[in-house]
Amino acid sequence: MSVAVKKDFQQPKDFKFSKENMVKVELHISKYPKGRQASAVMALLTIAQEQNGGWIPEAAMEEIARILDMPRIKVFEVATFYTMYNLSPKGKHHIQFCTTTPCWLAGSAEVVRACEKHLGIHLGETTPDGEFHLSDVECLGACVNAPVFQHNGDDFYEDLTPENVVKVLDDMKAGRAKPGSQTGRATSMGIKGATTLHDQAKKAGVKDAG
Amino acid sequence: MPKLTIDDIEVTVEPGTSIIQAAEQVGIEIPRFCYHDKLSVPANCRMCLVEVEKSPKPMASCALPCGDGMKVHTQSEKAKQARKNVMEMLLVNHPLDCPICDQGGECDLQDQAVAYGYDRSRYEEEKRAVTNKNLGPLVKTVMTRCIQCTRCVRFGEEIAGVEELGVIGRGEYLEIGTYVEQMVTSELSGNLIDVCPVGALTSKPYAFTARPWELRKTPGIDVLDAVGSNIRIDARGGEIMRILPRLHEDVNEEWISDKTRFAVDGLKSDRLDRCYVRRNGRLEPATWEEAFEAVKTEAKKRTFGAIVGDLADCESVVALKDLMESLGAKNLECRQDMAQIDPAHPAGYLFNTTIAGIEKADAILLVGTNPRTEAALVNARIRKTWLAKRIKVGVIGRKIDLNYPAQYLGAGPETLAELAEGKGAFAGVLANAKNPMIILGAGALRRADGYAVAALARKVAEKFNMVKDGWNGYNMLHTQASRVGALMLGFVAGDAASWQKVDALYLLGADEMPVENIKPDCFVVYQGHHGGKVAARADVILPGAAYTEKSGTYVNTEGRVQNGLQAVFPPGGAREDWQIIAGLAAVLGRKLPYETLPQVRARLAAVNPAFARVDEILPAKWTAFGKDGKCDAKPFGAAIENFYMTDAISRASKTMQACTDAFVKAEEEKAVAHG
Amino acid sequence: MLADKDRIFTNIYGWESPSLKAAQARGVWAGTKEVMAKGQDWLIEEVKKSDLRGRGGAGFPTGMKWSFMPKESKDGRPNYLVINADESEPGTCKDRDIIRHEPHRLIEGALLASYAMRAHACYIYIRGEFMREAEALQNAIEEAYAAKLVGKNACGSGWDFDIYVHRGAGAYICGEETALLNSLEGKKGMPRNKPPFPAGAGLYACPTTVNNVETIAVVPEIAKRGASWFAGFGREKNRGTKLFCISGHVNTPCNVEEAMSVPLKEIIEKHGGGVRGGWDNLLAVIPGGSSTRLLPKSICDTVLMDFDALREQNSGLGTAAIIVMDKSTDIVYAIARLARFYWHESCGQCTPCREGTGWMYRIMQRMVKGEARLDEIDMLLDIGHEIEGHSICAHGDASAWPIQGLINHFRPEMERRIKEYRKKLVA
Repeated sequence: MSVAVKKDFQQPKDFKFSKENMVKVELHISKYPKGRQASAVMALLTIAQEQNGGWIPEAAMEEIARILDMPRIKVFEVATFYTMYNLSPKGKHHIQFCTTTPCWLAGSAEVVRACEKHLGIHLGETTPDGEFHLSDVECLGACVNAPVFQHNGDDFYEDLTPENVVKVLDDMKAGRAKPGSQTGRATSMGIKGATTLHDQAKKAGVKDAG
Repeated sequence: MPKLTIDDIEVTVEPGTSIIQAAEQVGIEIPRFCYHDKLSVPANCRMCLVEVEKSPKPMASCALPCGDGMKVHTQSEKAKQARKNVMEMLLVNHPLDCPICDQGGECDLQDQAVAYGYDRSRYEEEKRAVTNKNLGPLVKTVMTRCIQCTRCVRFGEEIAGVEELGVIGRGEYLEIGTYVEQMVTSELSGNLIDVCPVGALTSKPYAFTARPWELRKTPGIDVLDAVGSNIRIDARGGEIMRILPRLHEDVNEEWISDKTRFAVDGLKSDRLDRCYVRRNGRLEPATWEEAFEAVKTEAKKRTFGAIVGDLADCESVVALKDLMESLGAKNLECRQDMAQIDPAHPAGYLFNTTIAGIEKADAILLVGTNPRTEAALVNARIRKTWLAKRIKVGVIGRKIDLNYPAQYLGAGPETLAELAEGKGAFAGVLANAKNPMIILGAGALRRADGYAVAALARKVAEKFNMVKDGWNGYNMLHTQASRVGALMLGFVAGDAASWQKVDALYLLGADEMPVENIKPDCFVVYQGHHGGKVAARADVILPGAAYTEKSGTYVNTEGRVQNGLQAVFPPGGAREDWQIIAGLAAVLGRKLPYETLPQVRARLAAVNPAFARVDEILPAKWTAFGKDGKCDAKPFGAAIENFYMTDAISRASKTMQACTDAFVKAEEEKAVAHG
Repeated sequence: MLADKDRIFTNIYGWESPSLKAAQARGVWAGTKEVMAKGQDWLIEEVKKSDLRGRGGAGFPTGMKWSFMPKESKDGRPNYLVINADESEPGTCKDRDIIRHEPHRLIEGALLASYAMRAHACYIYIRGEFMREAEALQNAIEEAYAAKLVGKNACGSGWDFDIYVHRGAGAYICGEETALLNSLEGKKGMPRNKPPFPAGAGLYACPTTVNNVETIAVVPEIAKRGASWFAGFGREKNRGTKLFCISGHVNTPCNVEEAMSVPLKEIIEKHGGGVRGGWDNLLAVIPGGSSTRLLPKSICDTVLMDFDALREQNSGLGTAAIIVMDKSTDIVYAIARLARFYWHESCGQCTPCREGTGWMYRIMQRMVKGEARLDEIDMLLDIGHEIEGHSICAHGDASAWPIQGLINHFRPEMERRIKEYRKKLVA
């Protein structure tokens, strides 16, 4: 999480929000009272990151500073404070493993090791083909479905094992990975079925654990 | 008004006073790092924790407002333990490099570690290392020493008006940085060194040159602009090592401009340290006797005129005036720049509102001035006022880069004339303001129609009721330390160019005068401390003292009389200036009626009683200054082109040269590239 | 054991659609206008009477918090409700389920709470990682706008109400209410000094109340079924139903809504499917999210899951995130990993937390291997005390607690490792 940004990649000279994204930008700005447009800085950084393939170039920060009428340094401060903003490229599939205690108890270390072995890289590295970048993050907030990883800052892959995670990666490369539980669980219900809400379970056709 | 006790001492304070301020009022000092009384309060260092009865946790005394009936303990076990704990935390990642740190000996962290810390470290893990930042030629960074107090960031945002420094990253990796990588462009950047409580930001030019305990500290007055900043001159032996600000709430608060601070190396080069006399067309070294004799010979044949330069002290001005008048000289002049300023009307040439008075203003009109370069601390005051009240600022003259929003109104007298008639974009703002101000710069008066411009500005002031009981919103902003004093002493001729007719000229440090306008057969005496193109034109050179080398009186742009003390002796054969003049007068048979400094100062007060009122502001009577007349449409010029080089001292400074290269030239190149 | 009829979150597992239509079929948005007609002060009173305590961790009485808000604006500043959906406390994933499966309960609660506190605008600050959840919430809000349940004259009540989603971007500290407000204002998420408290000067320096998602989402049921119904569960001052998250070494990790004060053992056995390898295989439980001190098995045998019972055990209910560790657990690593979490998530603003969390983390790393001195165990406690109570926000305190829990209950294990490491070195 060091601030120092590696310099082994090219910064684009210019950045402009696309037309569609500019609509989103305006929408976000409109959520806040007049004169409080700085509130939209996080949303704009996120949009810029999406538009730029998963990382925020310097030119985007300058453009955001201009749009929101903020000093550039204030945008930079925000961009370096939050861990979801990437200031350098992270590969096509950015895999962020939760390794905090609840996930660790559920075997996240083994899951990470399986992925490292499968891809031939370590945490913090990108595969030579630029497909995968692995990192570990703090608690993702899906602890009863541990271990989990997040893909490119959006989808969660849950209930991972050293076996199923390798398949997830292969599926992901092939464009057919399915987010959510990889053991077929219905969200945060116990794997053996419902222990509460029995009528609702019956209605929904969910297994009842009694 | 809340009444509370601090360490059992009862104190009543204004509502909103913090505990740390209240403690100061009763003489109790609470240690602190992040708290600075001129900056906002983040309460992040936690060093100022105190025990407040009924509060379960120790409280940050800088951020806690006093409450009625509070019982505060700064010396209880709980308070002491809290400070000890914070101190230990501050040191875990701080390098133990005091022996090679320039802050050593005047380091808050060092001092407070001794006073409040443990005597050894329990931290055995790896220490944090932080990459240094390039902040330009003035401020050296050793960021590993930083304790993240954020004073520098707040100084930049709140005082200097440069939002270039920030707190980037987070957690243990939180660091002070700039946007990607860029220098800090501010006229006040040197103050970052003073606000930094540790050795993270130190002076680059001063690096590794002296330790604070080797230095002799002398209170002085800065002469590199007309603000009259109070300074501390630190010398080792006969050498000035550095200049620091000295607190004066009404003038410079606790800041000084970068020129004031860093031009000091200019005192060491290009100095005149002996007399010269022109013989056979060449300047040759001479003794004081030979030099005086040479003047005496010519004085018999010629009638002198005299010009005093921008850095002259009032003692030498009055001595020169007395000598010149005894010789029958009439053409005495202090307006080297030929600005049309009328000495008969002090209200027309003073900064009447006063610098501190700016804070009461609610609208400011800038005419022909860029306060940022002409008087960086006046500008800081305007910015402070803007920050507090979002006052409106209008600009007539050049399009200037100010560090607060300003409305651009026009380039020259036409716009001013419009306003005088109550028309134009800014008229409404001025009309609705309770305390409107106008600040007229030299750029507006340094022209043939200067008196007419002054009259126009006066009309604007009158039109918008800027001069009333308890408020005078009319201001002249000077850039020369000697100007107001010389005007008050009447060192002015009727016509600023009349000296061009004389056949002998006495130039007292008149380094900015148009030397090309001197008649070819004119006999020129130059008295001053730096060589330059004016000195090179002289027939006799008398080596004088720079402002750090003499005790002198200066009057700032407000009309504030201040005295500075001599910190070191002038180099070589150079002498204090009024004594040179007195010595010459004796040789010329015009012995002056004073021999000691108190006697010269008595003479000053005799010429103008205001000189007896040191550090006081005497409100000037409002009179009809200026001359009605037609104004040229020509836009107002600038008083200063390059902030870093305005006088003989700053031109001789390598540091100022480096700043010019780094900031001014870089800006020019950028302008060319974008233009 | 809570009866199904008394469960508020009837779609917590997402068996049904989160859509407005399905939510309405579950009783959400029914009688909202009638509840509002009873008045703002009635609502605040009802919440007070229900004994609802904040579900975000600190357990502050919600009704009292609401009553701090100014009833009328004397200077034109508006009141704001901000909902804390920055769910990041390790072990906790209950708000996520409310947001993705029961978003309309949250939005309805937001309307009622805002109305009670005279706020016309509400921001929901959701952690950045909950991308899909934010989408679900945004959809639900749009449905509610389209059905005129929110917006101008919300539910026909005459109250104008706007509600917005604001996404975070990865910073645990933004769950601290004033850090959240700074983040919402477009700044770094660094906590503010208090006073001033948010009810006096919060979002944009306006009076603001920050409530947790679950707190707000249970308000409609309290208002509709009555305070006494809600106060009928749990022990005195620990009333109501509560979502629990059971993770770690249990056979069936899950989220579940139960009555407050349910015995820990019962909830683990009944809903968590029991400890892996049986109850006797239990080593320790972290009962309320990472910030609460762990409990050894002996306490787990009998302890009740509520604020006061856990505080008596020198721990806390926190977010009711139960992290179960069986005897195979490297307990020192489990806590060292939390030390890393607090170090990584410190905002870095104030000295004790910035410097102290890293210090503790590094010592804990060595403790895992036993590469330490015996006296460093006490030093760890000491460092914790140096941080505790000295930082701007509670992150500093929270960073010390897990380690204190470890040392209180597992000091012999730490000493054993140190001695063994020494032995190996000598050999």
